[in-house]
Amino acid sequence: MTNDELITKLKAIIAPYVQDEKAFENLTEDTDFINDLKVNSANLVDIILDIEDEFSIRLENEDMEKMLDVKAAMLIINTKLKT
Amino acid sequence: MIKEDIIKRLPYQAPFLFVDGIDAISENGITGHYRFKEDESFYEGHFKDHPITPGVILTECMAQIGLVCLGIFLLKDELSEVRKPQIALTSHQMDFYLPVLPNEKVTVISEKEVFRFNKLKCKVKMLNEKGELVCRGTISGMIKV
Repeated sequence: MTNDELITKLKAIIAPYVQDEKAFENLTEDTDFINDLKVNSANLVDIILDIEDEFSIRLENEDMEKMLDVKAAMLIINTKLKT
Repeated sequence: MIKEDIIKRLPYQAPFLFVDGIDAISENGITGHYRFKEDESFYEGHFKDHPITPGVILTECMAQIGLVCLGIFLLKDELSEVRKPQIALTSHQMDFYLPVLPNEKVTVISEKEVFRFNKLKCKVKMLNEKGELVCRGTISGMIKV
């Protein structure tokens, strides 16, 4: 999967939980889920559970702690997909 | 952990404690009850001369029993006198079917759907003394030590 394909998939997962639509339109790899998109902590869990379903991977507490922005999410997904 | 310990660990007190007792509890769900007293403060205003338990209070009762009591049970190994649970309601969706009047006893039945990364999401329903469905829905919250 290319990075563009991955971002497209991530955007579809994140969309229902975003509070700041403008930040979502301008989403880049540096976009932070909580500070930029204003996602709340419970919805961040929803995003992680949806990522698990979409990519058929299992995320652990340490992944959750690292998954603060788009870049980190992409890195974790790519790492899990390779193992 | 015995059922009374769970109620003792709840971070609420009168006039905002809506749990009288726990009837059954497991890793997968909880059943508990509460009787709305005739002199609950909100009956004075909801409604004028026509006391009916507000839907937000029914939802609160369901959250206290269905989410917070269950959450304390799920976290029991990590809790102590000094390590108390931190809780926050994050979302709920509720449908209401019947009114609850002063002095009515309700039973709350909650089934755990998800408990991961500190988020607890449950399917919750409330029954009246006749066993009729009062309301049902989904409640989510964050709970951690």
